[in-house]
Amino acid sequence: MKKDKICYLPSDVSGLRYARDLARPGQFPFTRGIYPNMYAGKLWTMREFSGFGLARDTNKRFHFLLNSGQTGLSVAFDLPTLMGFDSDHPKAVGEVGLGGVAIDSLEDIEELFNGIPLAKVSTSMTINAPAAIIFAMYLACARKQRAKLAQLNGTIQNDILKEYMAQKEWIFPPRPSLRLIVDTVRFATRYVPKWNAISISGYHIREAGSTAVQELAFTLANGFTYVEEILRAGLKIDRFAPRLSFFFNAHQNFFEEIAKFRAARRIWARHLRYRYQARDPKSWRMRFHVQTAGCSLMAQQPENNIARTAYEALSAVLGGAQSLHTNGYDEPLCLPTHESAQIALRTQQILAHELGLKEAVDPLGGSYYMERLTNQMEEMAESYFRKIRSLGGVLKGLEENFFQREIANAAYQYQKEVEAKERIIVGVNEYVNKEELWRVPIFKIDPRREREQKVRLKRLRKRRSSNRVRKSLDQLKRKAATEENLMPHILDSVEAYATIGEIVDSLKEVFGEYQEPPSAL
Amino acid sequence: MKRIRVLLAKAGLDGHDRGVKVIARALRDAGMEVIYTGLRQSVNAIVRSAVQEDVDVVAVSILSGAHMTLFPKIWKGLKRYGKRDVLLTGGGIIPRQDQERLAKLGIGRMFGPGDSTQEIVRYIHKNKNRR
Repeated sequence: MKKDKICYLPSDVSGLRYARDLARPGQFPFTRGIYPNMYAGKLWTMREFSGFGLARDTNKRFHFLLNSGQTGLSVAFDLPTLMGFDSDHPKAVGEVGLGGVAIDSLEDIEELFNGIPLAKVSTSMTINAPAAIIFAMYLACARKQRAKLAQLNGTIQNDILKEYMAQKEWIFPPRPSLRLIVDTVRFATRYVPKWNAISISGYHIREAGSTAVQELAFTLANGFTYVEEILRAGLKIDRFAPRLSFFFNAHQNFFEEIAKFRAARRIWARHLRYRYQARDPKSWRMRFHVQTAGCSLMAQQPENNIARTAYEALSAVLGGAQSLHTNGYDEPLCLPTHESAQIALRTQQILAHELGLKEAVDPLGGSYYMERLTNQMEEMAESYFRKIRSLGGVLKGLEENFFQREIANAAYQYQKEVEAKERIIVGVNEYVNKEELWRVPIFKIDPRREREQKVRLKRLRKRRSSNRVRKSLDQLKRKAATEENLMPHILDSVEAYATIGEIVDSLKEVFGEYQEPPSAL
Repeated sequence: MKRIRVLLAKAGLDGHDRGVKVIARALRDAGMEVIYTGLRQSVNAIVRSAVQEDVDVVAVSILSGAHMTLFPKIWKGLKRYGKRDVLLTGGGIIPRQDQERLAKLGIGRMFGPGDSTQEIVRYIHKNKNRR
């Protein structure tokens, strides 16, 4: 963000009214935090995102992290799973288990959570286009563990709009995708009330190169779009709004990031209360997860990333995050090793216990600079909302490449600033080591895993009742053409051990596939 | 002087197109002709475009981890269809060991986080057109 001064004065925040714009933590508009005593009451959830290889490999990492004091699970799926391909699909070649864990069917989910009581842990799953299917697998697995659905705690990301904008792992076109999201929200509201059926994500928008303001504005614009879709499906705002959750990036400009988090809460609270007429204060409260910026990590002198991650994590804590993921320092090179994953977790534990951060809520509240930045973030986001409205909304903006272009422009601008040394990146464009020491151990996935998973899948296909699979998929297709909630039918298919690829293919027959609008570079 | 023609492609299933788009603009600003294929191109589609567009350079972005599967296949395809003299380069999250193994096959340099676009421009100028 361009700044016109370096010293901030009371006159910079003269319009600020405490009760209206800040208020106590735990009070509308929640600028200072959503709970009165924040971390003094309950620490944030330390949730390290992990997944690789086959279900049993990731299961081992989960047990390791839980034994290291992690307080929630977070599952990374491999790309074939994210795209709805089975591990034996031709497009999955060379990708199985690489960027996350390979999941084909309920059998794999059962192995993934083997020995982990789903009634007790909270699990976040980064899954979007096929989120309804993975959610159904999780529910089926919990049922087999004899857990009650009402006990289950967790999140599915389930945010397709930011996929079209930034991360680009889509399957179906926007309309049926939104329908699946509404279906999961309705189902969760009724049967899995403690579940967050959507995590509206700015993280990936930022990683794709956006500015902090764009991350804030586009994420909230997506949030409003979901609210309107769910309202249109007939749910009352206070029935579902308390379970909407968010996910932001913690990037390099320390104070701007904190201001972004504070502004996000205030904007959400105001819109939910005044625009969508929510009455329940829980509907006004924005809860969010934060991950430190993967794109800020450098392959050069990778150990420096430990320091970068720690500062970014600190901004998330000062910004009042509910849960946090800290990146492994080796992630520009490979998936994190056991050791780097532990350093990342320890970084959070140091923040939580050694720095005295629990002793005051929103310690930067009232700083002229912080309040001015927070106001500016809000104003600039509001100006984007007006722009998006004038385009005809988020879906129209996507069709016209508005978001994609804004993000790509910002990414190129950033890169030019780095190359012109207007931005210094330590070890990259300044303080460069002549000899890269490169002592970092590289985490490798055994390439035999792919074959192993294919064999596993083949055996499953032989063992299960193909009659039951076919029937459930036929039923699902029929229902996909109606307006009925698809969740119960997806659950049936999953419990028949239909694979993710089979379910996605059945839905593709009815829904079609998304085609990205051709983009001008 | 003939402008350098570059095919930029995203192979594999990942949708991370920040890098490839930044590089497309940087190469264009450096006076090259850039053809960008879009996301999730198959090996065959990349080879076909390289032949049809008669490019000097094929640059492939892969952040999914599938580089050791895809780069050798693309390289083989290019050679099979008479593009022996093309420079195949690329980038993504590619560990050095893997970079060295790809180099042994005759594939060009792999760039990663923190590398500058100007370095890539210089590299292409120096290494294109071994024909």
